[in-house]
Amino acid sequence: MSLNENNVINIAHLARIDINNEDASQYAEDLNNILKMVDQLQAAPTNNIQPLSNPLEQKQRLRVDQVTESNQREKLQKNASAIEDGLYLVPKVID
Amino acid sequence: MHNKTLAELAQGLKRGDFSSVELTQAYLQRIKQFNPSINAYITVTEEQAIAQAKQADKLRADNKSRPLMGVPIAHKDIFCTDGIKTSCGSKMLDNFTAPYDATLIKNSQDAGLVMLGKTNMDEFAMGSSNETSFYGPVKNPHDTTRVPGGSSGGAAAAVAAGLAPASTGTDTGGSIRQPAAFCGITGLKPTYGRISRWGMIAFASSLDQAGPMTQTAEDAALLMNVLAGFDEKDSTSSQTPVEDYTANLNNSLQGKKIGLPKQFFAEGLDSRIDAIIQDALKEYEKMGAQLVEIDLPNAHLATPAYYVIAPAECSSNLSRFDGVRFGYRCEDPLDLEDLYKRSRGEGFGEEVKRRILVGTYVLSAGYYDAYYLQAQKARRLIKQDYVNALEQVDFIAGPTTPTTAFKLGNKNTDPVTMYLNDIYTIAVNLAGLPGISIPAGQVDNLPVGLQLIGNYFKESDLLCAAHQFQQSTDWHKQLLTKSML
Repeated sequence: MSLNENNVINIAHLARIDINNEDASQYAEDLNNILKMVDQLQAAPTNNIQPLSNPLEQKQRLRVDQVTESNQREKLQKNASAIEDGLYLVPKVID
Repeated sequence: MHNKTLAELAQGLKRGDFSSVELTQAYLQRIKQFNPSINAYITVTEEQAIAQAKQADKLRADNKSRPLMGVPIAHKDIFCTDGIKTSCGSKMLDNFTAPYDATLIKNSQDAGLVMLGKTNMDEFAMGSSNETSFYGPVKNPHDTTRVPGGSSGGAAAAVAAGLAPASTGTDTGGSIRQPAAFCGITGLKPTYGRISRWGMIAFASSLDQAGPMTQTAEDAALLMNVLAGFDEKDSTSSQTPVEDYTANLNNSLQGKKIGLPKQFFAEGLDSRIDAIIQDALKEYEKMGAQLVEIDLPNAHLATPAYYVIAPAECSSNLSRFDGVRFGYRCEDPLDLEDLYKRSRGEGFGEEVKRRILVGTYVLSAGYYDAYYLQAQKARRLIKQDYVNALEQVDFIAGPTTPTTAFKLGNKNTDPVTMYLNDIYTIAVNLAGLPGISIPAGQVDNLPVGLQLIGNYFKESDLLCAAHQFQQSTDWHKQLLTKSML
């Protein structure tokens, strides 16, 4: 299936990325080229093959459930664009 | 001093030929003079560097020396550095001051290494030419009209130009080895999990691995002794014990088997590069190694599998950049959705957005099985090819890249053409194996890299194979002599 501009705008919405209609056609072309290259995978002999997500197939290591971090709110919030009373400010969400 | 290896600089400091402050000042001076033409650094940390150098000199005077104490190093701008701008090559993080040190940075500091600055890179490590950086492209010191490779292009160019004796890099699909090949230096991507990823800004977490970029394999071994090791803060950090990576450097290669995958010498490889690799392989035969043809039947699946898996992981990892807690925020957002969408739309560059879109698509309902799950199955086939091959041979060898460094602006138009640069390096990340690129010759005055791939956690054997080549040839020196500014 080939992606059109509307598909791309929909994908960009899912990814919460603003793209304009003019750029959408270029993205559609690029994505279609990438997906065409990726389509070689469909012919791969993967019957009865298990997916591999971690190259070393490591098991998730567990740690003791204890607090290891100290409170560095002020330091961390220095990188925020808008804060007030130690809270992050965003546009109004609930009326 | 600027053309000395880490090993030589460590010796010089030990003998008292120069102090760390003198050495550091010499490098800072060179960076001031030459960085404008190469653009290898995003941030130069002059003040901190001098302070660290003074501290190293003081500790040395107090007889509290460590092997690399007082030696300068550059770090890729993907590693968080406490109190210092950490941009990851992106407008998104142009205003970001990291609030903590990555484990790799802490390990470097604990070893007494002096940080000169943070090197330029493709945005969020996505690229093979350094042209996706928000801070402009890095120039290849061998020919400033050409790319240095990427994504660790600033790191490679800094070492090649003599603006740092060594640098750290990261490699998700070839981002240490390809720029090392293009700039004529040595670049090691260790086994997945060997060096902590904590504090290293994530691109594709199941593929990302940090490593050293140096003038020689011996230097890479010295840095591995500092950087490698288990870190409880990284959930995929390996608990396999670390070795002394210099211990095996002088071992003989007599009787070692080197596998040559026929897929690495097929269509698409520049025939002049092929000839140089054949010459390099003859050197190995002279050293007593045996060449064996091997088959990696699923090699053609590596690039397609990678361009599903890496974008999928990137789309998830980069969702943290939302304009709220850190990073770029758009002006006057209408509502929360507008804040997210415009902050990300304006803060990310084109290649990053392209990969997020691909990743979002292949993970979306209805396409997950066909793309993402299928790519993960192909990943197992690719890994199994390598596991089978490494049961027969000690190393796998081939070219690092199909071409030499290309012209700036040359491959910008079509992403797929750019992606094919990493055709020989990508599978190593999918399999999680260690790989190294070393200078093996030149074509039209441009460096050519030989890639060697070893078995899991056998970095010291891989470094031995690279070091032995550098004992019997002098390409690593010849090429550096040409690129040093």
